[in-house]
Amino acid sequence: MSTVAATHEHHHPTGITRWLFTTNHKDIGTLYLWFAFIMFLLGGAMAMVIRAELFQPGMQIVDPHFFNQMTTMHGLIMVFGAVMPAFVGLANWQIPLMIGAPDMALPRMNNWSFWILPFAGTMLVSTLFMEGGGPAFGWTFYAPLSTTFAPASTDFFIFAVHLLGFSSIMGAINIIATILNMRAPGMTLMKMPLFVWTWLITAFLLIAVMPVLAGAVTMMLTDRNFGTSFFDAAGGGDPVLFQHVFWFFGHPEVYIMILPAFGVVSQIIPTFARKPLFGYASMVYATAAIAFLSFIVWAHHMFTVGMPVAGELYFMYATVMIAVPTAVKVFNWTATMWKGSMTFEAPMLWAIAFVFLFTIGGFTGLMLGVAPADFQYHDTYFVVAHFHYVLVTGAVFAIIAGVYYWLPKWTGNMYHEGLAKWHFWLSAISVNVLFFPMHFVGLAGMPRRIPDYSPMFAEFNMMASLGGFVFGASQLLFLYIIIKTIRGGEKATDEVWEGAEGLEWTVASPAPYHTFETPPQVK
Amino acid sequence: MAEDKKSAISHGKLVGKLTVVVFAMFGFGFALVPMYDMICDAFGLNGRFVEIEQGTFGAEQGQIKGQQLATRRDINRTITVQFTATLNQSMAWEFEPLTRSMELHPGEIKQVKYLAHNKTGKKVVAQAVPSVAPGQATKYFTKMECFCFDQQTFEPGETKEMQLVFVVDPDLPRNVNTITLGYTFFDTDRKAGLESDEKIIMAAAESSKAYLN
Ligand SMILES: [Cu+2]
Repeated sequence: MSTVAATHEHHHPTGITRWLFTTNHKDIGTLYLWFAFIMFLLGGAMAMVIRAELFQPGMQIVDPHFFNQMTTMHGLIMVFGAVMPAFVGLANWQIPLMIGAPDMALPRMNNWSFWILPFAGTMLVSTLFMEGGGPAFGWTFYAPLSTTFAPASTDFFIFAVHLLGFSSIMGAINIIATILNMRAPGMTLMKMPLFVWTWLITAFLLIAVMPVLAGAVTMMLTDRNFGTSFFDAAGGGDPVLFQHVFWFFGHPEVYIMILPAFGVVSQIIPTFARKPLFGYASMVYATAAIAFLSFIVWAHHMFTVGMPVAGELYFMYATVMIAVPTAVKVFNWTATMWKGSMTFEAPMLWAIAFVFLFTIGGFTGLMLGVAPADFQYHDTYFVVAHFHYVLVTGAVFAIIAGVYYWLPKWTGNMYHEGLAKWHFWLSAISVNVLFFPMHFVGLAGMPRRIPDYSPMFAEFNMMASLGGFVFGASQLLFLYIIIKTIRGGEKATDEVWEGAEGLEWTVASPAPYHTFETPPQVK
Repeated sequence: MAEDKKSAISHGKLVGKLTVVVFAMFGFGFALVPMYDMICDAFGLNGRFVEIEQGTFGAEQGQIKGQQLATRRDINRTITVQFTATLNQSMAWEFEPLTRSMELHPGEIKQVKYLAHNKTGKKVVAQAVPSVAPGQATKYFTKMECFCFDQQTFEPGETKEMQLVFVVDPDLPRNVNTITLGYTFFDTDRKAGLESDEKIIMAAAESSKAYLN
């Protein structure tokens, strides 16, 4: 034991090499979170371009080709650059602390998983500056638009997706190994905090579907460069096949982005309601049920491709069934708050907003899941409203909630509660001004991914744009609050929150560089 | 120390298993390709090559089947048939149906004309490829005479009216009231790699599907 400790554990490189060569789960968690934040601001800046162009009908600021690149890159960056890495960052920081492990199971691979990301991200963004521009075919990159008709830079996009996939798969394997092999004595599976559970299931989803995405882009690559015809009709392939392969990945992907959010919220609500989580076991089973169902519903994204009625019925029923385990979760969160002694610090505010607004996104998801109704909603702004309620007020709100919740543990300082409340109320109001009107214009028939629109949609679009600008600006306040907290502030106690339970609150604040070198005993 | 080693080994085993899953799922992505074709063929989905498989593609076979269907005319039912035309990629052509839409009874033999104009200064051999939407109606749409049965040769600047004679099967499912017939025109030189006409037709049928959908 002593030799191992001497060789790698008491050696602290400083400066840039600390970050380049680090195998410490806390350092890597921090790197992931900063990378995600930078990508969030970049993807957000692209959203600002989109909303600025859509502020009024007619073409004003950017040309349509650039607009298409913005919608595409905004989606890709937010999904693969911001939301997914942010959750991996939270996992890196919290999972070892929550299960009483000294580090992740495979620390060197952990270093790799992170350091691939900046290269992949840079490659993806660099396509914007290449001849012919970057990807402009939507984040779903349907063939033949992404094969036959795509710019030359698409090959770099494909390589970037491969790298991002590698990173996620390695991260997922690491998380599974950590959770299954490194739990402290007495930490049985059914005692694990829900954040750990949701991440365990998410990690399995990742290793199941990221390889399928890798397969899809590989087929694109060979179609584009090596004369195959997977998706090229003129050679015997079928473009509709692309959609099947893509959504076989794509639907589980939406749960990859939301299950860890469920986990975060399931940690926060009990703390601030000062009650244990209601229905712990049902939460675990509901998560597993959602994950299972996510594999058999993919074609609800393709109701309009001309499926036979039997197929539409099957995918409709299977999709609507997901509402059952999801409702179990929403019920449990509500029941946890019921008669609790609640206080409303920033993490709780974000978590409650999550429950409300994610549920709205869930309801519109149900509407979209109804095949005959979907023919009206398909490819309209209604879809845009739906998935932004799920991903922004869902996933992103949960990430922000988690950051406020754990920031005192990470930095040792309390964040400024007053500023955090400003951040919350500005965001919570503006996000609804931004996305709620999109339901209306969508139902009225405004198509998504267009730079110009009928004047009849002008008022709601202007409203959405104004909401968007405020929402975007209020995230700069978030950045300021984080930096301010890192620099100083009221010292946090070890427990940080009065009602907090769990191993992570038994270590000092800020969490020391090495924790749980002797495993704690869980009763 | 002993414990450290033990945990390293068990990581190895678990990681090995998970890696197998990763590779298996990568393979599964590719396995979706033949699976998709098999499912489409088995259930006749997506109208894949239905006529070729039924053996009703071609003038002679079409005539025989069409005459049979015509004996079972169903005047109590009226169906709308719409006609569209698409050019493949960059062909410098005009290609359009002279009738956009018509109402008819199943079992009724009808004819429409398509107009094609070769605007290039070259002689072009073109193949029109039919496609029917919704896909489930494909096998109920029988072409008795069709310019799509053969390749069409166009002199530079030539304009042609081309005839289609068809009949809709009275067994057409009750929930289908509108059928859209689309043609895509392909320059046969474009894919020189494809030898047989049938292969071109099958390939192109897929592509026109994509346009329609
Ligand atoms: Cu889905």
